[in-house]
Amino acid sequence: MPEVKVLTRHLGAEGLTTLAGYERVGGYQALKKALTMGPEAIFAEVKASGLRGRGGAGFPTATKWSFLPQGVFPRYLCVNADESEPGCFKDRYLLEEFPHQLLEGVMICAYALQVSHAFIYIRGEYRAQRELLDKAVAEAYQAGFAGQGILGQDWNCELIVHGGAGAYICGEETAMLDSLEGLRGQPRLKPPFPAIKGLYGQPTVVNNVETLSNLPYIISEGGAKYAAMGTESSPGSRLFCVSGHVERPGNYEIAMGRTTFRELLEMAGGVWRGRGIKAMQPGGGSMQILGPQHLDLAIDFKAVADAGSALGAGALVIMDETTCLVNVSMRLVDFYEHESCGKCVPCREGTYFESELMHRLEAGLASTAELATLADICANMDGRCFCLLGDTATWFVMSAYKMFPEEFQRHCGAGHCPVRAELERVA
Amino acid sequence: MTEASTVSQGGIPVLDAATRARIQRSKELYPSARSAVLPALWAVQDQLGFLVPEGLAEVAVELGLEPSEVEAVSTFYSMYFQHQPGRHLIQVCRNVSCGLRGSDDLLRHLETSLGVEDGETTEDGVFTLEGTVECLGGCGGAPMMQVDRYSYENLDAEKADQILADVRARPAPSSGAATDA
Ligand SMILES: Cc1cc2nc3c(=O)[nH]c(=O)nc-3n(C[C@H](O)[C@H](O)[C@H](O)COP(=O)(O)O)c2cc1C
Ligand code: SF4
Ligand code: FES
Repeated sequence: MPEVKVLTRHLGAEGLTTLAGYERVGGYQALKKALTMGPEAIFAEVKASGLRGRGGAGFPTATKWSFLPQGVFPRYLCVNADESEPGCFKDRYLLEEFPHQLLEGVMICAYALQVSHAFIYIRGEYRAQRELLDKAVAEAYQAGFAGQGILGQDWNCELIVHGGAGAYICGEETAMLDSLEGLRGQPRLKPPFPAIKGLYGQPTVVNNVETLSNLPYIISEGGAKYAAMGTESSPGSRLFCVSGHVERPGNYEIAMGRTTFRELLEMAGGVWRGRGIKAMQPGGGSMQILGPQHLDLAIDFKAVADAGSALGAGALVIMDETTCLVNVSMRLVDFYEHESCGKCVPCREGTYFESELMHRLEAGLASTAELATLADICANMDGRCFCLLGDTATWFVMSAYKMFPEEFQRHCGAGHCPVRAELERVA
Repeated sequence: MTEASTVSQGGIPVLDAATRARIQRSKELYPSARSAVLPALWAVQDQLGFLVPEGLAEVAVELGLEPSEVEAVSTFYSMYFQHQPGRHLIQVCRNVSCGLRGSDDLLRHLETSLGVEDGETTEDGVFTLEGTVECLGGCGGAPMMQVDRYSYENLDAEKADQILADVRARPAPSSGAATDA
C-alpha cells in the first residue's frame, strides 16, 4: 500500500485548524517533548529521520542545520511558504488543513537551532491561507508556544508572518532574505550561504513548509520510524500534488521510494476521459519531461535523477495523448519570462527571446532554422545564469524537444498548431 | 519637529491614522525597520487602492528611507498597483495545469461576458480582468481564478459568471492582509 499518513494523519479531525482542535489530537505534545530533549537530541532524531528538504532541492535537513556556525547569535529561521512552482499546491494544503502542525514544527526547529525570530514568508496570493495562519499564530502566542518565556522556560522566540507581493523568485532562498529585509527580491551571490551569512547578515536556516511540518511526527514517533516508511535513498513520506489530465487532481501522501508514478496516478483516478498518457512532469514546472515509459519508476530521488529529471517540489502533472507539447512549453517559458528578476543577462534576455520564439512556433510561424536558434538560446542560458530560475527556464522545453522532435518540427511553417488542427478534424 | 510633520509641510498627508498605526506596528515587529516596507506598501494599497506616490513618500519618512528606495521596491512586486485598478481584480491562471483543463476558454468567456480584453477594466470600473502566467496554487481545482486574491476553482463559464455576479453585489474589498504584520 503506497499511501501513508504522516502529514495527513489527523485529516478529518474536527476543528483541526484551531488550537483546541489540534490539541485534541495530541498537538503540541511534540514541542513539549522537544523542550525536555534539548537541541542535540532533536538534531539526532532529525538526522535519523533522513528528512530531505521538500522545497525543491531535496537537501538533507539535518546537514543544512549543522552548517550554522557554533556560538554565533542571533540566528534566524525563515519558513518558505512562497509556494509558486507551477503545479504545486501542497504547502497551501498544509496551511489550510494543518496550520498548527506547521507552527509546532517551526517552533521545534526554532528551539533546536536556538533562533530568536522565525519568519514565515507566505506568498501574497495566499490570502485566505494567510488569514488562517495569522489566527493560528495568535493562538500559539496566547498559549505560550511562541514569544517570551515559551512554555515557562527561559526561551524566547518571536513568530512573524511576512506576506510576499507577487514574485516567484522570492521562493529562492537568498531572494527571500532580501525581500524580508525590505528590498527588491533578487538572489544573492553564494557563498556565503545563508547558514553563515543570511538574514541581516546573521546565520539563517531556510526550510520549506512541508519539511518543517514533518517535525512533530519525527519528534513524537522517532526519526527511525519516519525513515523506515520510505527507502534508504528516499526516506519518509511525501505529499505529492497531482494535476493536469487526471480524474481526481489533488494532494496525495505517499511512501517515498516505494511508490511508482503509476500507483500515484491510480490514486488520482487515472488519466481522465479514459485516455492514454503522452507525457508527465514529475517535479513541478522547472523539471524535465518524462514519458509513459517512466510510469513504473519509483518516486525516488535517485531513480528520477537517473531518468533525467527530478522530484523538485513534488508535483506530478499528467498530459494526455491530445496534449500539444509546444503549447505546454510556451506556457512555461512565458512564466519564466514574466518571473525573471532581471538581475542577470542570460536569463533576462534569454527568457525574452525564448518566449518570442515559442509564440511564433506555437502559431506555426517559425522556420526550421529558428528551432536551432531556440536550442542555441537555451544552451547559452543553462548553467550560465546567476540563479536556478534561468537555468530551469530551459529544462522543460529542451527535454520536450528531445522527446518529441517531430512535434516541434511539424509546427514549423504550418501556419497553425498542427496538433490542435488534428484534434479538431477528428472531433 | 517630528519627521511626520515634515511630510505634511509638503502637502496634506494621504495616509490615515489606521494606516499609520499599521505601519508603526510592522516597524516594531521586525529587528530592522526596513523589513516593514512590504507590509507598509500593503497598508497603503489597502487604504488607497493603489500606491499613490504621496503615500510612498510618507512610508519612506516613517521607515527612515529615501522615497526612491521605497519606489524601487514597490515596482518589483507584481501585486502592488501603480495605477487604480477596478474595484475587483480577476486573475485567471493560464499556467500548465490550468491550460490543460481549459483556462484559455475560461478567459475568452470572461472577456466576452464582461466586454473587456485581457488586462482591461470594465466601463463601470467594477472589474479588472487579467489572464496571468503565474500559477496561483490552485492546480488541483483547475481551471481556476482569483478574485481579490481569493481562489475559486473547478470553474466553467456558468460557475464563473455566478461568482462574479455575487462579487459585484459585495462592497469594495481591501487588497491587503486581513491582519497586518
Ligand atoms: C526560482 C526558485 C524558486 C523557489 N521557490 C521555492 C518555493 O516557492 N518554496 C520553497 O520552499 N522553496 C523554493 N525554492 C527552493 C529554496 O531556494 C530553498 O532551497 C528551500 O526553501 C529550502 O528548504 P528545504 O531545504 O526545506 O527544501 C526555490 C528555488 C528557486 C531557485
Ligand atoms: S537567473 Fe533570472 S531570476 Fe535568477 S538572478 Fe538571473 S535574472 Fe534573476
Ligand atoms: S496552473 Fe493554474 S493554479 Fe497552478
